[in-house]
Amino acid sequence: MELKRINDHTWEIPKEGDMKVPALIYTSAKLLESVRRDMTLKQAKNVACLRGIQRKSYVMPDAHQGYGFPIGGVAAFDMDDGIISPGGVGYDINCGVRLLRTNYTERDIHERRAQLLAEMFKAVPAGVGKGGITRLSRNVLLEVCVKGAEWAVENNYGTREDLQRTEEGGRMKAADPSYLSPRAVERGIPQLGTLGAGNHFLEIQKVSEIYDEQVSRVFGIQSVGQVLVMIHCGSRGLGHQVASDYIRLMENKFGTRGLPDRELINAPIRSQLGEQYYKSMSAAVNYAFANRQMIAHWVRDVFSKVMGSSKGMSQVYDVCHNVAKFEKHKIDGKDKEVCIHRKGATRSFGPGREEIPEVYRSVGQPVIIPGSMGTASYILVGTSDAEELSFGSTAHGAGRVMSRHEALRRFRGEQIKQEMESRGIELKFTSWRGVAEEASGAYKDVDEVVKVSHKAGLGKLVAKVVPVGVMKG
Amino acid sequence: MERYRFLRHTADAKFQAFGATLEEAFINAALATASLMWDWEKIEKKIEYRIEVSGKDLMQLLSSFLEEIIYLLDSKMFLLGFPENLRIEKKGGLHVLKALFKGDKYSDKYKIHGDVKAITYNEMEIEQSVHFMVQVVVDV
Repeated sequence: MELKRINDHTWEIPKEGDMKVPALIYTSAKLLESVRRDMTLKQAKNVACLRGIQRKSYVMPDAHQGYGFPIGGVAAFDMDDGIISPGGVGYDINCGVRLLRTNYTERDIHERRAQLLAEMFKAVPAGVGKGGITRLSRNVLLEVCVKGAEWAVENNYGTREDLQRTEEGGRMKAADPSYLSPRAVERGIPQLGTLGAGNHFLEIQKVSEIYDEQVSRVFGIQSVGQVLVMIHCGSRGLGHQVASDYIRLMENKFGTRGLPDRELINAPIRSQLGEQYYKSMSAAVNYAFANRQMIAHWVRDVFSKVMGSSKGMSQVYDVCHNVAKFEKHKIDGKDKEVCIHRKGATRSFGPGREEIPEVYRSVGQPVIIPGSMGTASYILVGTSDAEELSFGSTAHGAGRVMSRHEALRRFRGEQIKQEMESRGIELKFTSWRGVAEEASGAYKDVDEVVKVSHKAGLGKLVAKVVPVGVMKG
Repeated sequence: MERYRFLRHTADAKFQAFGATLEEAFINAALATASLMWDWEKIEKKIEYRIEVSGKDLMQLLSSFLEEIIYLLDSKMFLLGFPENLRIEKKGGLHVLKALFKGDKYSDKYKIHGDVKAITYNEMEIEQSVHFMVQVVVDV
């Protein structure tokens, strides 16, 4: 495969064979090494072959091999001739990140870090097989899928201000849960308000560096040492089931012949099945928004209880990492609505876009990029350039370089806990094995990932945060 | 013959399961999937679920079959110990699988060490030479 270097942070796979457009990879010489070792580039090429694809098949700096689409893949499709693909969104629909600010500094909470973490562990159900605190009826679950975070706020989980500071206002209007399978609903009922497992986490962090003081102030991040809380989770079994269901329905309807990878199965956006998938996916997106809204509420409760107050714990933002949506972008100089797929990528809109909350419209949206366990995370700001470069998208995390099995062989949970504690980081978890699997050594260097995003102009650095307490599902 | 073996994969879990028959390979694929979440050998066989799935080809059948494990975990908190009486037949244009899942409801006596979010078609293979081999990547 030909790989052409454009500049220090951009490589291109020129159009060849069945590719309808070139593929563009935002990376560095260092990150490219691991990207080349797995299927990422082949998958980016496959995406470039899909019907109705616009401009280019984009690959973000944290990319690694996925199914069908690479993780860290961004692609937009023509609304009339294009397709929508469950594999272009991923199984964990609206896996995403929410960030809360606080008025506390690391010094304020230092003595009570362990207590904060222990209380969070009690308040937020985590791990596999753990049901939620709430027992929902089927009808309530369907309402959650329609209203998303709005449902949570109406039921006293958080404030209306939280909704304004959530992508899509915490509710995708296209959602129609009547297209969910009974199984998706059944899996969703016991799991609302749970963190889940795998790479999902809840983290107490402190600001360690501020790169852009003006923008960080707009985001509510004022000083080094300030305490923040990050919540990373998604739509749980309900979202996974939606993906599996529609992959099967599309296979049965359209067949799998001619697909280079069965996970690339798709439907025309305007077809009945395409529309049903979009409405079901939106329902799962809303479920995930409600999920994070509830968890954020419990986090505030814990701060009230342990620290005496949760005053000033407003939401910085909540972003989706796995989603498809209809957005307007400039294509060949003209505004055009497209169906954009972000699979393991963060929207990164710059100043002026009407989709972003008024408070941020003059600077651009906050982009939240979590690192791996025990490492730094970053707050970036979206740029206008990104719209031209990547349909307004950037990276979503560190990105794995090593399988969980390999991580289990190489790392010991006990050792990781000790090593984190020696750096002043408290750790609470449900499984030692989970800790070893998520070892930071199994991930790409998040510092390098955000550097590429910054240099390429996909999203600009605002602040760096480091963990003080980590809760893992 | 070993039941299953895990292979390298960047982000997820990839395994091969073996059997003298297709049925046996499917059973071992179910055990490999369960092994990512709990120690199936330690699950008491107190509860049973009769399952029936179909697929228009063997890959779809395999993916539907393995999905039952996750579905029963999420919706019934059921931990699979062993899939018994597994049979695969061809009916009309469909492959149909029936089995009896034996296991127990999750409680504190069991330890869960991982999550499987979904079964994928990525790099899925079903091969027959001397024995049967099925290869699966699951999203974890």
